[in-house]
Amino acid sequence: MTTKNKLDKETSILEVRGLKTYFYTADGIVRAVDGVDLDIFPKRTLGIVGESGCGKSITTKSILRLIDHPGRIIEGQVNLKGDTPKDTVDITQLKNNGTQLRQIRGGRISMIFQEPMTSFSPIHTVGNQITEAIRLHSNLDKIEANELAEDWLIRVGMSNPSQRLKQYAFELSGGQRQRAMIAMALCTNPDVLIADEPTTALDVTTQAQVLDLLKEMQEKNGMSIIMITHDLGVIAELADDVSVMYLGKVVESGTIRQVFKNPKHPYTQALLSSIPSLATGHRERLPILTGTIPHPQARPKGCPFNPRCKDFIEGTCEISFPEQEIIEEGHLVNCHLYNK
Amino acid sequence: MNYLSRIKNRLLNKNDIPEEIEEPIIQDDVSIQIATQRQLIWRRFKRHRLGFASAIVVLLFYVLVLFADFFSTSLPVKYGAARGFMPPQGIQFFEEGHFLSVCKVNGERDMESFLMVHTQDCNVRESITLFGKGYEYKLWGLFKTERHLFGMTNPDANADEWIHIMGTDKQGRDVYSRLMHGTRVSLTIGLIGVALSIVFGIFIGSISGYYGGLIDSLLQRFIEIIRSVPTIPLYMGFSSAFPEDWTINQVYFMITIIISLFAWTDLARVIRGRFLSLRDEDFVVAARLNGASTMRVVFVHMLPSFYSHVIAQASLALPLMIITETSLSYLGLGLRPPAVSYGVLLKDAQNVQAVAHTPWLFLPGVAVIVVILALNFMGDGIRDAADPYQEV
Amino acid sequence: MLNFLLRRTVFMFVALFAVSVISFFIINLPKGDYVTAYIAQLQATGSLVDAEEAINLRKFYGLDRPLYIQYFKWIWQVIAEQNLGFSFEYNQPVTVVIAERLLLTVILAIATVIFIWIVAIPIGIISAVKQYSIWDYIFTFLGFIGLAIPDFMIALIMMYLFFVWFDFSPGGLFSPEYAQAAWSWGRLKDLIEHMYLPIVVLGTAGTASLIRITRANLLDELAKPYVVTARAKGLSEWKVIAKYPVRIALNPAISLTAYILPFLISGSVIVGVVLSLPTVGPMLVKALVAQDMYLGGGIILLIGFMTVIGTFISDLLLLWIDPRIRFEGE
Repeated sequence: MTTKNKLDKETSILEVRGLKTYFYTADGIVRAVDGVDLDIFPKRTLGIVGESGCGKSITTKSILRLIDHPGRIIEGQVNLKGDTPKDTVDITQLKNNGTQLRQIRGGRISMIFQEPMTSFSPIHTVGNQITEAIRLHSNLDKIEANELAEDWLIRVGMSNPSQRLKQYAFELSGGQRQRAMIAMALCTNPDVLIADEPTTALDVTTQAQVLDLLKEMQEKNGMSIIMITHDLGVIAELADDVSVMYLGKVVESGTIRQVFKNPKHPYTQALLSSIPSLATGHRERLPILTGTIPHPQARPKGCPFNPRCKDFIEGTCEISFPEQEIIEEGHLVNCHLYNK
Repeated sequence: MNYLSRIKNRLLNKNDIPEEIEEPIIQDDVSIQIATQRQLIWRRFKRHRLGFASAIVVLLFYVLVLFADFFSTSLPVKYGAARGFMPPQGIQFFEEGHFLSVCKVNGERDMESFLMVHTQDCNVRESITLFGKGYEYKLWGLFKTERHLFGMTNPDANADEWIHIMGTDKQGRDVYSRLMHGTRVSLTIGLIGVALSIVFGIFIGSISGYYGGLIDSLLQRFIEIIRSVPTIPLYMGFSSAFPEDWTINQVYFMITIIISLFAWTDLARVIRGRFLSLRDEDFVVAARLNGASTMRVVFVHMLPSFYSHVIAQASLALPLMIITETSLSYLGLGLRPPAVSYGVLLKDAQNVQAVAHTPWLFLPGVAVIVVILALNFMGDGIRDAADPYQEV
Repeated sequence: MLNFLLRRTVFMFVALFAVSVISFFIINLPKGDYVTAYIAQLQATGSLVDAEEAINLRKFYGLDRPLYIQYFKWIWQVIAEQNLGFSFEYNQPVTVVIAERLLLTVILAIATVIFIWIVAIPIGIISAVKQYSIWDYIFTFLGFIGLAIPDFMIALIMMYLFFVWFDFSPGGLFSPEYAQAAWSWGRLKDLIEHMYLPIVVLGTAGTASLIRITRANLLDELAKPYVVTARAKGLSEWKVIAKYPVRIALNPAISLTAYILPFLISGSVIVGVVLSLPTVGPMLVKALVAQDMYLGGGIILLIGFMTVIGTFISDLLLLWIDPRIRFEGE
């Protein structure tokens, strides 16, 4: 874990600025991602946390331009840094499905998904799909790619790797599938791995194994990880930095220590205090976050959290979205409470 | 944005995003939350414009079925060689002081082609009264009346000799009136056939789905066998075996039954599927644990969950029945003259040369196409509306 | 996999049996039996048959035995001796009468299936990939119309259009000089030239169905996560579609073939009548109208057999294509 200077934009490997992805549906416009900034640094893990529907998945899919009709990226930059400053590429500007974009996908930025069963093609073998990834991003021939695939399966701790290569996804167990998925994502040595709720569908034991595997891979390969989850425990274990999202906007971001020890945004505070712990007094009620996520077409004006906020300031919070404030170096929050 | 506006936007290249986007304010729509399932389905169905419009068309057709005689101008069997192959005759508005009237049509046989040639002589005309009098008939077999949509003002003039809105066929029979009656026959066979299929389908489908296991397997194989044999040759075989001396009604009845015998399989499969998935639902188990009898569980608890699917499936089966009857009668193996149905009517249009010279004989074909399309669209609309996974 | 194979084979035989029973039932449906018709024919040509001779004839043909014995005798005849009985109309054994017609019916059916595949699958794919585009709507609409209009009407409309536009009455499968000739390359070529109209007419409903199904299935598959994964790996768009979803969406296409085969055969009967094709259809109509029951029943039997066997073959194809079925039951 390297120390970082968040304000030093030079060391980040991937940065997202002002990303807006809207969906033009028959019932109206859904602003799934509404002006999101992210910084991803080498060898560090960024956790993106928030309730279902806050836009975390769409954000990362937008990074890889995997957004389909009726969704569109309408604004923003996704800058992937290269060896020299001149090599920076704005992914949003690349030609859709063009060669450059396809080289980045799977090559420099890989993604693993929540449901490994449905993420593998049902009619191709696991080996076929892994070697496909390898050969898309290298010049290896079939035999060499196969060897490399088997090598990776060993690295992710898969039993009987040579046999697994010839099997189909439905023949593997949940944990094995997730390992295979990780192998498939990492076999091209990407700079960034996006993990979209990779442990949500797994039982607790397998979950722990997968998280350990990810940590191990990060140490050995030195890649960055963007981890999306709604499980604060996973974040606490794996992440170095965290961004909290609500209704398409980032409301607080910083290192784990900063945000978890000293949460500033009322939403973050509510999330953290709703975790039951051994410290909660006997028969004490868990604090609940009142209200529910609003209807996508009925977003509150101003700060989107205002109807549920315990620190709601009348006359301010429902009028405008708060500017970004720096609490301390690296710790940022968007909340009217901290307006200087 | 519905399909049409989407197409319009594409064509006009409207890809720009409007500058200021108004935030729509949605109150919690209370009416949605307390609507019954039937109301929800009705709402969704109304939004499906094509389906809804088609349903209206279908309704209109069935009005014709109910009031076939009322709409007709002549008995379908009434013929007259002198009026053979008369082209459709126009009805004039506001001529010579009559609101509606028709010109006299004189027919002569052309000596070279032996075809009847008809000319209109508008010096001789008769006036038409709406809701006027015509031939006597029994409305729905109950009430005697002489009222028709088009009747002659002059009591000495016969509607069946003067009015031929869609022309006549080879024997001088009024195509329009025959179309009305044909609609009645074809559409009722379809309806009765569907009703029978529903009964078979529900019966077998529910047994299959509810009990599962061996019974289900056997019934499913049985259904597969029925589905794997080509139906038309079988229908043909069966109907050719009807004795010559059967009355029209007997033939009609048997054809309906025969067609239903094979048509219930789709419905049974859908119902079975639903039963299988519902069987393990908690509310069904709860009902059984409460001591409800099987009958009660099936009819009170399970059936209401999918009666909308049954309706959707039935409305998609109806056009198939109509097509089958039409095809059979067209081949001469279904209903035969003097019965009138779409198939019988189209049999007259079999000869291509004839159709080229007397295209109005093909009008029943148009009616068939329209009613079948309408039924299909309507069925699709109902099916989409009944789909529980759709948004309100 | 063996499980699947076994089940389908057993099922096929049961279906064949059912078809034969139904056909036998149809043959015996009209009043009177073979001997009655035979006697009537003899009488028409002047010979007389007295009551005793009639009884002997019946004994000879086994018609005095119970129905199920008759059935076994008949089915034995069909399978072991390839004897389908005698046709009164043509005064020849049924097999002779229908042989070539049956062949042409089979050729037509297979050709139509191939046509449907070639046309419907690409259109279905384009429709799904370019969803909401103008092509999608056009194809969907056309497909709908094709489904809704009965086969014979399409045939009539096409004939009418040909007559009006090209002043030519299409009909039959051969030009006059080849109609009765023996088989040769020339005849084959002539057949192919004439086949396109019947194929198009016959295939319309099937094509419409398949387009709809392919499109729907492909849309379903394209929305699935593994497609996103493939794209996220950097696979080019057309490879994503070709390698993954298409293969899966192809399965329903094959199952559909099994499903529509009976309809195709049914349809070919009707279309054969309208277009006056030398296939089994027109012959069946005439036979049934004339109550020439061995001919009629024989045709129905053979058609039924063809359909069941065709269904079985497409089940085999499905097995070959979909690895998931191979593992069924594991």
